[in-house]
Amino acid sequence: MKLVEAIIKPFKLDEVKDALLEIGVQGMTVTEVKGFGRQKGHKETYRGQEYTIEFVPKVKIEVAVQDGQVPRVLETISRAAKTGSIGDGKIFVRDLSAAVRIRTGETGETAL
Amino acid sequence: MSERRHWVSRGAITGLWVTVCATQAWAGQPEGSVDSGDVAWILAASALVVGMIIPGLAFYYGGLVRSKNVISTMVQAFAILCVVSVVWLVCGFTLVFGPDRGGVIGGLDWALLMDVGAAPHPVYAPAVPLEAFMLFQLLFAAFTPALIAGAFAERIKFGAMLLFAALWSVLVYTPIAHWLWGNGWLARIGALDFAGGAVVHVSAGFSAVACAMVVGKRRGWRTDYMAPHNLPFILLGAGLLWLGWFGFNGGSARGANATAVGAVTVTHFTAVSAALAWMLAEWKHRGKPTVLGVASGAVAGLATSTAGAGMLGPLAAVALGIAAGVCSYMAIVWKGKIGYDDTLDVMGTHGVGGMLGMLGVGFFAAHGHPAMQILAVVATGTFSFLGSYAILKLVDGSIGLRVTQEEESTGLDLTQHNERAYS
Repeated sequence: MKLVEAIIKPFKLDEVKDALLEIGVQGMTVTEVKGFGRQKGHKETYRGQEYTIEFVPKVKIEVAVQDGQVPRVLETISRAAKTGSIGDGKIFVRDLSAAVRIRTGETGETAL
Repeated sequence: MSERRHWVSRGAITGLWVTVCATQAWAGQPEGSVDSGDVAWILAASALVVGMIIPGLAFYYGGLVRSKNVISTMVQAFAILCVVSVVWLVCGFTLVFGPDRGGVIGGLDWALLMDVGAAPHPVYAPAVPLEAFMLFQLLFAAFTPALIAGAFAERIKFGAMLLFAALWSVLVYTPIAHWLWGNGWLARIGALDFAGGAVVHVSAGFSAVACAMVVGKRRGWRTDYMAPHNLPFILLGAGLLWLGWFGFNGGSARGANATAVGAVTVTHFTAVSAALAWMLAEWKHRGKPTVLGVASGAVAGLATSTAGAGMLGPLAAVALGIAAGVCSYMAIVWKGKIGYDDTLDVMGTHGVGGMLGMLGVGFFAAHGHPAMQILAVVATGTFSFLGSYAILKLVDGSIGLRVTQEEESTGLDLTQHNERAYS
């Protein structure tokens, strides 16, 4: 099992969610986050005084999937979240050692 | 009405005004007769100026500070209006407008508003009760320290702010206002100030510099994020200031007459051209026209219109407005570089505007003398800087000016008032 974490532009959330549902992903967790990569932040100017806002608002999507689904999930998120301009975000994949569905007590891939 | 068509100078009207000031005699009107139109306009103008202070200035300043200092900033205008009103009743009015003592200050004949009643005064306002003139002028005395309060926003003790405003209104405002409006020495040598270019705006600007120096910078200035917390408040406040300024300058004609119409026209055209000039200057300089820039430019223009509103024509107003928008923007950018924290830019908008307006009278008004206008700016600026500096040192030495580091970091709303703007 893998946990796919995608940091994307907030306005792309709905498109990414719909695209993931289409390929059979059944659930996800979404968090509002702030951060920066190569985009750096943005500038605000008040009466000539410039402030650099380094941390840009982003949305983090977490999806737990079976190993075999990973390439398709990565491709889907990349496609749906892409604008082609700087700041589109990143996807990280990490190993998932266990999963439990709390209601039934199921474990492993059946709990996903 | 030919003077109203005169595109730069309202010479005839100004001439009349100077004559009135110089001779202390009014020939055109039988003494003691009250004109209902004049009374109505002075009362309406007074109400407009109340709206300019509260809520106008309160919202303008309230929007400019951080969200932890909103109500503590807004209440300054309210509290100063209350305190200065009492001071005005006790001695303020008579020190400005009472019988002249050596060109420096007014006598105490009208202390506690003794004999200030229904009878008009032949010089100050020949067709309205002196009491109406007193009320209108009270609001100028209150507006000025409320303006200065922008300089030490976000770090001043509430009590210290009140004490400063009360002392300032007696020790600094009354002499300056007397010099120009109470037949004091500046008026006698021919310096002109229609509605407070020097009395209100130059004095506020130079006092603000003293405040920024004595009170010191906010902690974290130029490193922490200190952007205005509510731009809609700023627009609302600037709009109300604009509305109120029609009363401020129009009422300074002291009657419902052609001078009042001219003053309101000049006020409006100076404000619009300054707003556009600031917007374009910032657009060119930084790449974006900012909302705060448009609002700040309008206020700088309003401040600039004050000195000559009743003496200039619309084209002079536009020229002054353009100068105001550009100079004020440059002054504020420059302020950031020299490193003193006049927090809400009292000097950059009002001080600069007041000085430009006073100079504009010297060059554009029929009876303006550039040298006398410059002298008036230097005299009022120096006196208000030194006076404010002394008062601030006095208050600092007695009850202390500045809140503690922890209070400043928590915010003045909670630490000074046990309340918060947004809960």
